[in-house]
Amino acid sequence: MQRYILSKKNSITMIIAILIVFAFSGRFVLDNMIIFNWSLIVASILGVAPIMIQAYQALKVKVVSIDVLVTIAVLGALLIQNYEESSIVTFLFLFGSYLEQRTLNKTRSAIKELTDLAPENALKQMENKEYEEVNVNDVDEGDILLVKTGAKVPVDGTVLTGEGHINEASITGESVPVRKRVDSEVFAGTILENGTLQIRSDRIGEDTTFGRIIELVEEAQDSKSEAERFIDRFSKYYTPAVLVLSFIVWLFSRDSELAITILVLGCPGALVIGVPVSNVAGIGNGARNGVLLKGSEVINDFSKVDTIVFDKTGTLTVGNPEVAEKEFYGDNTEEILGYLASVERESDHPIAKAVLQDIGKTTFSTVEKTEVIKGEGIVAKIGVHRIAVGNVALMEKENVKLSKKAKKDVELFEKNGDSLVLTAIDGELKILMGIRDQIRPGVRKVLRSLKMLGVKNLVVLSGDNQGTVDLVARDLKLTEAHGHMLPEKKAAYIENLQAKGQIVAFVGDGVNDSPSLALANIGIAMGSGTDVAIETSDVVLMNSDFSRLPHALGLTKITSRNMKQNITIAIGVVLILLTSLLFSEWMNMSIGMLVHEASILVVILNGMRLLRYRREDDFNRTRS
Amino acid sequence: MEKAVIQLETLSCPSCIQKIENAVKGINGVHQDSLKVLFNASKVKADFDSEKTSINEIEKAIENLGYPVVKSKVKPV
Repeated sequence: MQRYILSKKNSITMIIAILIVFAFSGRFVLDNMIIFNWSLIVASILGVAPIMIQAYQALKVKVVSIDVLVTIAVLGALLIQNYEESSIVTFLFLFGSYLEQRTLNKTRSAIKELTDLAPENALKQMENKEYEEVNVNDVDEGDILLVKTGAKVPVDGTVLTGEGHINEASITGESVPVRKRVDSEVFAGTILENGTLQIRSDRIGEDTTFGRIIELVEEAQDSKSEAERFIDRFSKYYTPAVLVLSFIVWLFSRDSELAITILVLGCPGALVIGVPVSNVAGIGNGARNGVLLKGSEVINDFSKVDTIVFDKTGTLTVGNPEVAEKEFYGDNTEEILGYLASVERESDHPIAKAVLQDIGKTTFSTVEKTEVIKGEGIVAKIGVHRIAVGNVALMEKENVKLSKKAKKDVELFEKNGDSLVLTAIDGELKILMGIRDQIRPGVRKVLRSLKMLGVKNLVVLSGDNQGTVDLVARDLKLTEAHGHMLPEKKAAYIENLQAKGQIVAFVGDGVNDSPSLALANIGIAMGSGTDVAIETSDVVLMNSDFSRLPHALGLTKITSRNMKQNITIAIGVVLILLTSLLFSEWMNMSIGMLVHEASILVVILNGMRLLRYRREDDFNRTRS
Repeated sequence: MEKAVIQLETLSCPSCIQKIENAVKGINGVHQDSLKVLFNASKVKADFDSEKTSINEIEKAIENLGYPVVKSKVKPV
């Protein structure tokens, strides 16, 4: 019976509305007070029923909820025969909670979109080698699954046969199809746009990257900041206090009307709902845009950041060195390039790879004898020629004379921040190459946006040598740059900044820099989605997408502001209601309830604005 | 000990949280510290001793408050 009434709450609200309209037309059109009063009495009783049930259930578990206040107020109004008030208040209360539910669903929509992406079915290879459709819960690690075009990948796994393009937007926020072939990793919740894949299941359910992201987001949207916990504690005592207050007022003034009005005005609605609404909408927006924010505390801290520390040059630079400039001395360049490539092919040093990549197609010769000189380079024999490939120190050792022009080139390349590779054949310098790590495309713009958002200091700490780091810093106009930094030194450096009163965010890959990630006020992980970084940090930029950083920062700023607005609205409304009750003639129960419900809707709508937050640079990004 | 994750129909009033918390905490066998009622996710998470209570009992306590359970999952911890 109770449940039946509760499930019919919406229909009851409708009926009450009709009854109230009927009552007023009875009074003003037919001038019939009997119709008026009885319609309103029926409306009040109908309306108070579900509220009363909720109040009773709350009291049973020792909670004085808003329902309790409203029930007493409505019953009181009925007793003093103010049917107009009793019916209108119940209607407003029920209609208000209906609207609340509708709008709340909207603010939660971004996260719901995400959870709805969870795969439900899988094509599993059974014992008879046939594929059968099963629920995703029935898939175990090690099972062989088939994914067809248009289907969702049900688990994290490895491709066994087949190839195709997968849209990984659900875990990276980037809807560019990624090519998958044998041995590629595939992720649960991503969509196969073309081709057919046979995969082996590696991780299932909540252990998949997607499962972890969902769990994280769900926990984040309900995590509470210090301020919220305070509001929670406060409201626990607030409602009983309102009840006591109205009783005391009644005792002394014997004014029932006033006492029950206080009950209605004292409802704390907007205050309790304001912050969670901003929180869920802000985190939802982030999740949709490749930024995981772990809770409202993180949002508040991040919004106040004034220093951002980047863990290494690799964050700002591409991380794989390339040949940036080169000079040739003498002729036979083609032949010499072939020799160089043949020697470098023997090495797996990143610089050697850069050289090989730059040379591209060439004729390789057989290398007879190679000798690696640590920290300097390689000396090898091809046919009758002695080939030396390495830095200036190696050239000196090999007695290679540098011409005036060559010396000048070396100087220039070094000033440009290059690592040098010199090639000498039979004691004569033939090629000079300058190798450099390229600045990541778009980094300049990202840093500019961060500055515009109020970040004062941009710092890079790197294990690279000071020269390389300085160059990157100058190029990108960073505030500070320090090379030769080991992880412990980085952590100490951050501690030092904090001691100076700065609020520090640290951007890293989360694996070897976990002390710094933990120590910084905000640890930002460039997670490729599979990293442990997801667990250890406060903010995750999915797919290591650096360009999301301004969005993340801007979003936390606007979300934090939104929370404050909502708290202000809520407290302001209660204050205005109470003072106008004391000092004005027009305040009564119905108006109080109307204002109260309206304030709840206002904070929800205000929170909803966060879903639409978007930066100018996001726009350009999707267009290009 | 087992961990229950219970999905409810959308919760819309923050005072529901308090009600559900108190109701579930009152069940003998539920670990009080483990109880989490997630308002936005409309989920209840709790650890409990399967010898003292059951998922059905927890679900009943919540449904008696008027919040229908959509689905629940139990796994050993």
